[in-house]
Amino acid sequence: MSENIKIIKDATCTFCGCVCDDMELHVDVEEKRIVKAKKACVLGKAWFLEHTIEDAPAAMIDGKEVSIEEAIEEAAQTLVKAKFPITYGLSDTTSEAQREAVAITDYIKGNIDTTTSVCHGPSGLAFQGIGESTSTLGEVKNRADLVIYWGGNPAESHPRHFGRYAVTPKGMFTPGGKKDRTIVLVDVRKTKSSPVADILIKPKLGKDFEVLWALRALVKGKKLADNIEEITGVPLETLEDLAERMKNCKFGVLFFGMGLTMTRGRHFNSGALLALATDLNEFTHFVAKPVRGHGNVTGADNVVSWQTGYPFGVNFSRGYPRFNPGEFTTVDTLANGHADAALIVASDPASNFPKKAIDHLKSIPVVALDTKRTETTKDAHVAFKTSTYGINTTGTVYRMDDVPITLRPAFESPFPDDESILTGIKKRVQELMIAKHQATGASGEAKVAAAFTPL
Amino acid sequence: MIIINGDSKQGKFVVENLILIPGRSSKQGTTLNQGKLKDAYKEVTTTLEMNQDDMDRMKLVDGDEVRLKNETGETKVRCLGKKPEDLPAGTAFIPYGPPSSELMASDTAGCGMPLSKHMIVEIEKILS
Repeated sequence: MSENIKIIKDATCTFCGCVCDDMELHVDVEEKRIVKAKKACVLGKAWFLEHTIEDAPAAMIDGKEVSIEEAIEEAAQTLVKAKFPITYGLSDTTSEAQREAVAITDYIKGNIDTTTSVCHGPSGLAFQGIGESTSTLGEVKNRADLVIYWGGNPAESHPRHFGRYAVTPKGMFTPGGKKDRTIVLVDVRKTKSSPVADILIKPKLGKDFEVLWALRALVKGKKLADNIEEITGVPLETLEDLAERMKNCKFGVLFFGMGLTMTRGRHFNSGALLALATDLNEFTHFVAKPVRGHGNVTGADNVVSWQTGYPFGVNFSRGYPRFNPGEFTTVDTLANGHADAALIVASDPASNFPKKAIDHLKSIPVVALDTKRTETTKDAHVAFKTSTYGINTTGTVYRMDDVPITLRPAFESPFPDDESILTGIKKRVQELMIAKHQATGASGEAKVAAAFTPL
Repeated sequence: MIIINGDSKQGKFVVENLILIPGRSSKQGTTLNQGKLKDAYKEVTTTLEMNQDDMDRMKLVDGDEVRLKNETGETKVRCLGKKPEDLPAGTAFIPYGPPSSELMASDTAGCGMPLSKHMIVEIEKILS
């Protein structure tokens, strides 16, 4: 470690959706690395300390080093030639880069989807069906006296959620911190989050929907069947107690995780929870918030929604955006064999997707942008190594409660950021698409250019 | 649970069906920052947490290699016992990663989300 240490105050951690913006980073300017990350959790420390400048090519085509300009040209040519190009990922990059990815997809009449579809995508569907009683995490900190975590393990996935937002912080109307709150945890297994709970409820596997529906019935004053414990694994008196606590709190919040969206029932589970929150507003103030994983997955939802009208799973093949989860979501476009080229930004589907989808992804040309080498970038036709948002790059990210936060980078990277690469691809794609359109008989340069004006 | 006892050339073996719950863990989160192609991440994502009673019944000890298999695919992982009160009998937990993807079916039931938790898998000890 050199003696040339720069301190960055109020830096932002973009590892998870908590987007904690109170970091104090100690940066070794000569070695170009962060040596200390004060206030960071275990995940944040790893995020900051492990992102060093690696000796690797900034751009490669089929595993061979090329210039960035050559890689941009090849990426644009690949995407324009495709009949069903898809764009995917976007949850670990800035909203400025996300906007460019939407524009590229619009130009090439492709399909855009984000990691939301394999995260809280089912909740996105439930929001459209039920609605969302929402709030910021600041309101939760200052007001919530009943906090329920359902199907999640924040102690491991979002370690500062408890301390910064929802369990222990002292708020305006919760001056005693945890003493002023009741914490309920609902999960099928005991986790590292369990010790924080005042009430721990363990439903039978796959019975979350039934428990939520039973609570809705109790909140509405209905009598439950005697065998409810046999069905759900939760005793009747536990359900009655929770229903009363929910009706009688001053400000309640339901935080929900992948334990609802990734298991049987998916959007029905999320919908049942949102409906319960809505029901409770007849008695008190109650909100429901999905706990979001990646640092800017919420930004991806926001940007894709502004630009297309839909949050994920959007297809431009007819020249206007269409939304159809199950058809235009990426697991489906890959597993069904529809996609014939892919632009993957800051995501690693080759590591996390179902096998059938991965097999198809490996059979088509992929343009990939990532900060590190992954299963997706190592087999990509065109691979860009980019700088890390929040560490090397400024920009905007959205916290899980839709609050936008500006990033304060710690040190410069020799690698380009996602936004500049995507802007380069966008410009070249636009030129190629205009040329392609003219070649197929369109007349009038202005008319053609108008057809390819970005959203 | 379906339990099949059989004989192999090496001796007695047990095959059972388990419900597999892939999920996040803090160790997975820290190691992925080192790089997903690094050994630390591979080790985390190939460690299967099991109910200790289930392991005892299957004559498994910590570190034993087991094969997980379903209609979609199969993978090899090493098992690690958890207290029976922490992980319900008949279930197992594994941090998300390439091994769990091998077992994930691609059907999204029209919503875009594959069934990433609650996968029914067959587990079998790999005899050395």
